[in-house]
Order: sequence, then structure tokens, then C-alpha cells
Amino acid sequence: MNQVTNFTKGFVKENPVFVLLLGMCPALGTTTSALNGLGMGLATTFVLVMANLVISLVKNQIPAKVRIPSFIVVIASFVTMVDLSMAGFLPALHEQLGLFIPLIVVNCLVLGRAEAFASKNNVGSSVIDGIGMGLGFAFGLTLLGAVREVLGSGKVFGMQIFSDTYAMLVFVLAPGAFIALGYLIAIMNRFAKKN
Amino acid sequence: MAKESNFKNMTLTLLTVTLLSSACLGFVYSFTKGPIDDAQNEKINKALSKVLPEFDNRPSSKKFTREVDGGILTFYPATKGGEQVGTAIQTFTKNGFSGQIDLMVGFLSDGTIHGIEVIAHKETPGLGDKMESGKSQFSVQFQGKNPQDFKLAVEKDGGQVEAITASTISSRAYCDAVQRAYDAFIKEGGEK
Repeated sequence: MNQVTNFTKGFVKENPVFVLLLGMCPALGTTTSALNGLGMGLATTFVLVMANLVISLVKNQIPAKVRIPSFIVVIASFVTMVDLSMAGFLPALHEQLGLFIPLIVVNCLVLGRAEAFASKNNVGSSVIDGIGMGLGFAFGLTLLGAVREVLGSGKVFGMQIFSDTYAMLVFVLAPGAFIALGYLIAIMNRFAKKN
Repeated sequence: MAKESNFKNMTLTLLTVTLLSSACLGFVYSFTKGPIDDAQNEKINKALSKVLPEFDNRPSSKKFTREVDGGILTFYPATKGGEQVGTAIQTFTKNGFSGQIDLMVGFLSDGTIHGIEVIAHKETPGLGDKMESGKSQFSVQFQGKNPQDFKLAVEKDGGQVEAITASTISSRAYCDAVQRAYDAFIKEGGEK
């Protein structure tokens, strides 16, 4: 597999949100607005890239039977770093994402890529895989967030598009997340099939 | 290939991994601690300047706390030219739609509410979060009211507070928090 497909597969063919359906908890929970989705996506991207980097570096030093605990500790450390830095430097966003930042630890996407990719590939490919997957995840979350924000409160990235009184509240709430995600997956699959 | 999974290797690996991680985290913590505290303080100070009338002391330097209903209320007395002008109370409620809500309520010396700001909440975006000042007129209706003759309950419960549409629970919780602050304010003898 060359590096270009390594990178692009995260966007379309193996998009974590629309195709692999990994990390659904933050995808549904944090995407009440496009900005939240983007913030969550970028935080996850950072963790993914760093975890993939470290794990592919040390994969030969770690006995097979304790690899999962070791991976989790590495991932958890990076998540805590993101959590602390965000609380210090981006308090507003940190407040919005709240509980979901610490929960990146248990995001299947991160451990999934560590186990399925980084523990078998070299450092370069693993980092590129992390970037591709992370940005694909961020893209998915931002799109879902934007759709929900437009339909739910008539705004995109906080900018008013429809009038103030317009709101389909269901899209801001949990059921709307499932409905919007379902339609987005259907649309993405339609395009993927055509190609 | 990967090392053999014997007892010595596994123990050593886990020990090394955890030690290195703790070291990294300690390092990150040490240099984010300052900014995190600053962000917290700035938020409190911003809320204080919004809910209190003009003051010239530093209310956060004279704060004191009282324990009420299993939580902590923090009092921030404000003075101007040595005169007491009001007290801000950081209050809470556990009855929010999704957990605890923290408010900063500013009282004038006679118990009149001067302003209310939300410090932290987890209410539904687009619904309960309209309690934040600037997102709706909800918090404005409390300004200039004295809970002595202004019943802090939503209209549905026989009070005088106009609830946020479709967020009665959040509105109720908000009133609960304000009421708790007022009760504590009266208990402390108003301005002492």
C-alpha cells in the first residue's frame, strides 16, 4: 500500500464515521454544532497521530500479552495532555466538549488503529495513517455537526443563516444525531458505490 | 519481532511504560497548571464584574465559603470606597436536566438581585443553555427583583419566573440555585 492511499483511505474508503462506524459515542454526543465537531475531531486526530507514532516505535519492545494495557496507557497519557492543555489554553471549547475529551481514551478508533495498523507497520506509515484517519474523523464530525447545527438552530459555525425563531429542536437532541448520521451514511455510501 | 511474554519482560515493560507516561504527564501538568487557574479566575472575575454594581475592591480576595445542602456556596463581598455595595454568591443546584448547574448571583445590600451569570452547566444546547445571559432574555427577568416579593419559581409552579420554552426543568433548577443563594444571603445577615 503506498502512502497516498494510506492517507486518503481515512477520508472516503475507510472513513471512521461513515464507513468503519468507529467512535460513535463522541460522533453522536459532541456534534451539536460544527465547531464542537471540529474541535473534537482535531483533539482525536492529535491523540491518534501521537499514539500511532509512539506505538509503532515501541512495538518490538512490548511483549504480545501486555500490548493492549501498554497501548491504553500510552493513549491515556496523550488524552490527558490534550485535556490539560485544552483546559488551560482553550477553556471555552473545553467546557463545551466536557466529558468527551477524557472519553477519547475509550474511543475504539484510537485503540483500533493502534492494534490494527500501528502495531504492524513502520513509523512513517503509522503517522500518515493517524493523520488520515484523524482528519477523516474530524471531517465526519464537522459535517455531522454542521448539518445538525443548520437544521437544529439555523446556524453554521455560530453564524446565523435562518431567522432567529427557526429551530428544529430534535436535531440538537440525541434522536436528531442518529437521524442525521443515518442520512449522511446513506449519502456517502451512494457516492462510494458510484465510484 | 515482539519480545517473549514471560513474567520478567511483561512486568518490566508495564513498569517502564507507566513510569514514562507519569513523567510526561507530570511535566505537562506543571506547565498547564498556571493557565488553567488563570482561566478559572478570569471566568469568576468576569462574572463578578457583571453581576455586581460598580466596586473598587477585589471581591475574590475577601471571599469566604459556607456549606449548604451538601455543597459549597462562595461569597464575594464587594465594596466601593469602603462602603458595602453588594455581595456575589456562587451557588449551585443539583436539579439540572443533566446534572449540576453553577451560578453567580449578585445581590445588592438589601437583597435585590443585581444580575445572574452562569458559571458552569451541562444543559441541552439550544434548549436549557438559553439560561446563559446573552442567549435569551431569561436571566434578564431576575434583574432588580427582590426575592422577598418575587417568588422564585416558574409560573407552572405558582411562581413569577417565566420559564424557558421547552426547558421547564432547567428553569426550575435555575430558580432553585438562586433561591439557595438568597437564603444563604439572608442567613448571613445581608451584608456582613
